[in-house]
Amino acid sequence: MEIRAIGCEPLSLKRIGVKDGHTLKVYRDMGGYKSLEKAFKMSPADIIEEVKKSSLRGRGGAGFPTGMKWSFVPKDSPKPKYVVCNADESEPGSFKDRYLMQYDPHALIEGMIIAGWALGSSTGYIYTRGEYKYLIDIMDIALAEARDAGLLGKNILGSGFDHNIHTHTGAGAYICGEETALLSSLEGFRGHPRMKPPFPAVEGVYACPTVVNNVETFTSVPQIIEMGGENWRNLGTEKSGGTKLWSISGHVKRPGVYELPMGYADMEKFIFEDCGGMLRENKKLKAVIPGGSSVYIMNAGQILGKNVTLDYEGLVTAGSMLGTGGMIVMDETVDIMESTKNLTEFYKHESCGWCTPCREGTDWLVKIFNRISDGGGRPEDAQLMLDICDNIEGKSFCPLGDAAAWPIQSAIKQFPEDFKKWLVDKAATRNGIEANV
Amino acid sequence: MAAAVPTSYTDKVIVSDEVAAFSPEIVGEMRMHVSKYPPERSRSALIPLLMLVQRERGWIDNPGVNFLAKFLDLEVTDVWETATFYSMFNLHPVGRHHIQICKTLSCKIMGEPEITEHICSKLGIHPGETTDDGKFTVSLVECLGSCGTAPMMQIGFDYHEDLTTDKVNRILAECE
Repeated sequence: MEIRAIGCEPLSLKRIGVKDGHTLKVYRDMGGYKSLEKAFKMSPADIIEEVKKSSLRGRGGAGFPTGMKWSFVPKDSPKPKYVVCNADESEPGSFKDRYLMQYDPHALIEGMIIAGWALGSSTGYIYTRGEYKYLIDIMDIALAEARDAGLLGKNILGSGFDHNIHTHTGAGAYICGEETALLSSLEGFRGHPRMKPPFPAVEGVYACPTVVNNVETFTSVPQIIEMGGENWRNLGTEKSGGTKLWSISGHVKRPGVYELPMGYADMEKFIFEDCGGMLRENKKLKAVIPGGSSVYIMNAGQILGKNVTLDYEGLVTAGSMLGTGGMIVMDETVDIMESTKNLTEFYKHESCGWCTPCREGTDWLVKIFNRISDGGGRPEDAQLMLDICDNIEGKSFCPLGDAAAWPIQSAIKQFPEDFKKWLVDKAATRNGIEANV
Repeated sequence: MAAAVPTSYTDKVIVSDEVAAFSPEIVGEMRMHVSKYPPERSRSALIPLLMLVQRERGWIDNPGVNFLAKFLDLEVTDVWETATFYSMFNLHPVGRHHIQICKTLSCKIMGEPEITEHICSKLGIHPGETTDDGKFTVSLVECLGSCGTAPMMQIGFDYHEDLTTDKVNRILAECE
């Protein structure tokens, strides 16, 4: 599987293929922890300003401006502050954070210490999905290296600043990738999300100011400090700064993790040239989910010849979202009713159960999909599912409800023939009377 | 064919007052986890310690739960409340080798159904079941973050990626 940069010098992927790149020695040989030294000479306010200038946006899917998130932490709060890394990577189609942790653990550590300095925090946690146990072991080794070298603990590099980072395991729950559910889980409870406001920056873990950021967001921070926020932003576009890791899977010849400059033009070139084109030469492109399962599905007509640029704005213009950059490519052999059913089962399994619209809605959607795939589809099922999606979207505590609705809404809109096949052509007959179209 | 795994944790619950015992080394490991959090917030260690209990005892049973309640000064119901939420906690015994096949979209379109069919017919069980000799349990699980190397599965904590039926046969043969 490929892991490489295209259209830019590798930044996040700088240590891929470098022997022992995960060790402290090699990290330092390649300039690692120089950003931390530089950061200690800057004021916390200046660091936050630099991150704002970079226009770094959360790489975990929500894309919230990171500098703005950090600035929400109240500087004069007497409570201890926490830095939490969201390594719960569970979005279907996304598989980038695991390679950052495996091959570049010190980049994550350095980014979190800089964040700790900027936010006045002395404790950080790396919340890692339980299935990634081997990565927790790798992070523990890297953290021990950092501690032994005085890069963690008391008076780091003689700065007077104390900071410790601990790993923490999840136990199988996609919802714990949502930052407030993550904090519930970190406290030892069921992974239920919490109402915002208050935002974690004000009241997070243990009701203390907390910044939760994705792995790739933190690993971008040393890069930003090293080259300056504006230079980092200019690697991408005005509103989508820097580079982004894309995870490509499905029916392409070269699936893998690719680092692209934000604004890379365009999605068609990326799929057909950089990723080697369709897996089976005689099967045409049918559908792409560009940013992880929770974004709108796109049909080939929205991509071919449309110059879809790979940045936040470009994907919205094209009718979808960037999300996590987890791109799933599907050829004409995929039945979109079946693929949407598969994702709906995912959201139903992962719904935490707190909110009625999401808990009951995802359950009913799965039941309807089961009836359809058993041959009992009815023409009115499309509207029925859209009505249920309408009752979930925007009406639950957290975005999982929306994420469950969007695949269905976009699939029915972009692939009506696939649904017509199941709902009309194979429509249920009652007492021998054909259902009305 | 083994009996199907109970679908609800209330099925066949064996209620017991027994409290599990762990060696000083394991208790030391548990204390190490507790020390990561503020002293008054030791509940934060609950999920890491449940993982530890499952590692030592194979599953989350009453004696393990009773131990954790005492160790972390929680009610037994507090421990169950958390343990029943997370999919990786086995609320019933599983085979020595827990085969977890990813069923989510990228794996599904890259051949998961054939892999699942192959494993199940080879072992003579359905997803959710355990072989009579207690060696293998097969489960279908959601996205494991390995979409670029689909289809794939996790056995215990080990990832096995880019699966073919031949590779599956080799992997299963190596499981003792």
